[in-house]
This record gives sequence, structure tokens and C-alpha cells, in this order.
Amino acid sequence: MKYMLMMNCPRDGYDQFTSWPKKDIEAHIAFMISFSKKLHGSGEWVDGQGLDAPTQAKIVRAGKDGKPITDGVFPESKEYLAGYWIVDVESPQRAYELAAEASAAPGPGGAPFNMAIEVRQVMSGPPETA
Amino acid sequence: MTVASLDRRAEQLLRDLAPQVLGATLRRFRDFAACEDAVQEALIAAATQWPRDGIPDNPRGWLIQVALRRMTDHVRGEIARRTREAVAVEDVPLVVAPAVYAEPGIDPDDTLVLLFMCCHPALSSASAIALTLRAVGGLTTAEIAKSFLVPEATMAQRISRAKQSIESSRVPFSMPDAAERAQRLSSVLHVLYLIFNEGYVSSSGPSLHRTDLSSEAIRLMRAVHALLPADAQVTGLLALMLLTDARRAARTGPVGELIPLDEQDRTLWDRQAIAEGLALVDAALSSGSIGEYQLQAAIAALHDEAPRAADTDWPQILALYGVLQRMSDNPVVALNHAIATAMVDGPRAGLALLEALDKDERLAGSHRLVAVRAHLLERAGEPQAAIALYGAAAARTTSIPERNYLLMRAARLSEKVDP
Repeated sequence: MKYMLMMNCPRDGYDQFTSWPKKDIEAHIAFMISFSKKLHGSGEWVDGQGLDAPTQAKIVRAGKDGKPITDGVFPESKEYLAGYWIVDVESPQRAYELAAEASAAPGPGGAPFNMAIEVRQVMSGPPETA
Repeated sequence: MTVASLDRRAEQLLRDLAPQVLGATLRRFRDFAACEDAVQEALIAAATQWPRDGIPDNPRGWLIQVALRRMTDHVRGEIARRTREAVAVEDVPLVVAPAVYAEPGIDPDDTLVLLFMCCHPALSSASAIALTLRAVGGLTTAEIAKSFLVPEATMAQRISRAKQSIESSRVPFSMPDAAERAQRLSSVLHVLYLIFNEGYVSSSGPSLHRTDLSSEAIRLMRAVHALLPADAQVTGLLALMLLTDARRAARTGPVGELIPLDEQDRTLWDRQAIAEGLALVDAALSSGSIGEYQLQAAIAALHDEAPRAADTDWPQILALYGVLQRMSDNPVVALNHAIATAMVDGPRAGLALLEALDKDERLAGSHRLVAVRAHLLERAGEPQAAIALYGAAAARTTSIPERNYLLMRAARLSEKVDP
């Protein structure tokens, strides 16, 4: 069964990195690389991507003429998707375990960062584009 | 292609011959997709028969014969099919079977004509890149898809649409006339340059280098150079690729972050590639024709020749960027010109030049201008402003290695200011 593990952050989430000491940034990046390697190694990796900074995000709706209307004004409390992994695992418990591991990625001072990871099952069925 | 059973020499031979065989087949049949299928079948036949029977005396002729035979079969099948349909709808058969060619004429320029076709200006650059890698480079669709981080089905569709565009545009499979050739050659070089860059500075994704694409661009560029050894642009671009790629091993750090030129361990640079690139730069410049690729290669050569960053001949680099800027209004050239100015006349002089670039819409929102300003402010002794701009540039780049580099640069500076 496939799960999407979504790493969320506030709008200024990426800016917080700039106040981290260099060795903590390195440790965080090294963790992300080894986490990805581990998922590849265990045969559970399906996909994973990091997204650009939420400050670049736009909300798009179609206007009356069908042309895009972009909106850059968001409520302060909004959480943004920073990146995600899709994993193919044996059980929901395994997906939660992996999410907890990602959540414990090292933060400032090397302490677990405890990011919120949203876990959602990817629906199965024939692909709709087939 | 499935060539697992072949030794490396035979595999290399097949890859080198594939575009020539496709070219020879396209010379006689217009149907791009069917010709490519026929060539694939010929390559598969070679991969199964050659290990058993040995490589034939004339491997190219052998492959062309097999591909033409497959195409003839295909056309006969088409005629039979259309005749059946024509009986039903009283239509006229449209395809005429060509005579079987006993001794196919071989034109060494076929690879070049094929490149001209695949890099036709009517195609978008994404399509031209995909088609070139497929038809000329002989990469599988799966390999190309992996290089560009898209699903295989997406890449297959992109390639198939590119072939259809070529068929419907009626681009003839022949050498363009002299007047058009220069313009078409510049499209070819642009596509090869994009392939190289995609491999060298991956525009997206977690890894800075996608080695296969850079190596493939260099391999194709060598083939073009072998066909047009006297063309200074061609020589210049091959030199530029070699001199840039020579620094590959020194370009990333332990966690995949980018390492700037002045901090690279120069003992990791590939001396052999540099020597080859330098000789090509000399050849390109002594021809007297000055183009953008020659100039960029000359600048890369000056960097590669410096034993230490401090030994870099910045005055000469600045002069070359000055010439380059007069030839092209590319804002990235202007940005590099500002950097070289800062190295020669100090960071304030560079910062003054950046002011003019603020108004350039092509750089608006680009992380590059912000990152360069951050570097120059750091050198000018304004760490706080530099830290803020490194962070702003990190938030704008879409390259993960570059973002990591910018974040670490900001962090390193913060530690210096406030240990």
C-alpha cells in the first residue's frame, strides 16, 4: 500500500534555516540524503520531491474568461507543503514509523526538529489516464 | 538497445553507427517513426548476431542493409494494407515501394543532417533535446526520461510528437544550403549546449550533476567536431564543455552542496580534459573568428590555467566579458561582467554595475542577481546585508544544491559576525 508523507511548514518556514549554524544545516541535509537512500535501499521508495519556498507560492483560479487569476495573499496561519515522499509499505504502521523518523530530522543544535508530517494513503485503482 | 551480450567495443561501435544508419534510412524513406523502428531492429539483430558470428567487415553497411530491408518490408505491408482498404473505400494507394538498394550509398554527413533535422528551429527546445538524444545519441526513452526526471510515458509522448512535427513540417532529409546552414548549425550547437548544461547544472532535483547528459553532450559534440573540424564555433563549444566538465569532481561538497570556483580543490580537476580543451581554444581563436562559444571557452581556459584562485587572470577575463557583452544582450553575461569588474576594481565597482541590472525584467525574481549582490556585499564588508540576501537567494533558487550552498554561506558568515 502506498502512502504520501507530507512535510509541512509555515510560510516563512524556509527563512528559519538562515538562522541555523552551518553544522546544523549540514546535519539536516545529511539526514535527508540518508533517509532517501534508506528508502531506496529497502525497496519502499516510490517518489519524493522538495518544493521551492512557500514565499514563491501562488494560488491560481480561473477568472470568468477562463484566464488565470493568481493570488499571493494568504492567511498567516496557512501551512505549506515543503516536500513529500511516496512510499510503498506493508502496513499503515510502517508508514507512521517512517513519518516519525522523518519528523525527528535534526534541527538547531542537533535536537530532533519534530516537524509535522501528514500521512495520507494513496488511493489504488486503475490509472485514470490509461 | 539491448547490447548486454556485446563487449564494450562493439557496443560503442553500435552507438556511433546508429545515427548514420538512421540517416541513411531516412534519406530513402520519410517516415521518421518507422525508420527509427527499423534501425532499432537492425541494432537488435546486430546485438544478437555479432557476438555469435563476429563483427562484419563493413558493420555500417551491414546495419544499413538490415534497416532498409525492414523498411521495405514495412512499406510493402503498408501498401498491402492500404490496397485492402482502398478496395473497401475505392481509394488510391499512396505509398510506392522503392527499389531495393543493393549497395546503399553512404554519406558521412548523415549524422550531421540528422542533427540538423532533430534540432530544427520549428521544434521546441525540449522536443529537440529529447529527439536528439533518442535519434542521434541512441539513448533509450527510459534513459532520457530518467535524466530529465519525468515518467517514461511522458518522454515517449514528447519524442513521438517531435517526430510527428518533423514529418508534418516536410523538412527534407538533406543538407541545408549554405545560406541556411550557419543558422541551422547554431540551433544544433544550442541544443547540445542545453543538454550539457542540463547535465552539469541540473535545473531541478536533488543532484547537481547528471553525468550521463554531460558525457552524452560531449560525445555528440566530438562527433560534430569530427565532421566540421574547421568551424570555430564548433571547436569553441567542444572546448567550453571540456574545460567546464574538467572541474566536475571538485564542484560539490560532502552533502552535495555546490562549491564555488575560488574554493574548489584544484588537484581534483581533470588535467587531461583541460589540456585537450586548451588546445582546442587555441585552435578556435587562431582561426580569427570570434563567437560567443570561443569567448566563453577562453574565459573557462583562464580559470582552468590558474594553479590557485588567487592566480586567476581577472583583467583578461574582464576584457573577454567586455567583448562578450558587446556581442550579446544576455543578462547573465552582464552579471558575470559585474563579477569580473568586482575582482579587478573592487566589490563597490561591481555593485554599481548590478544597479543597472535591477531594471532588467529577464533577471527580475531570479536568484542569481540576488546571490551575486550577496557575494559582493560580503566582500565589501557588509555581512548583515549579505546574510539577508543569501537567505533571499536561497528562497528563490529551485536547485537544491544551490539552495544548500547559499544557506551554508549565510550560516558561515553569521558565525563569523556573531560567534
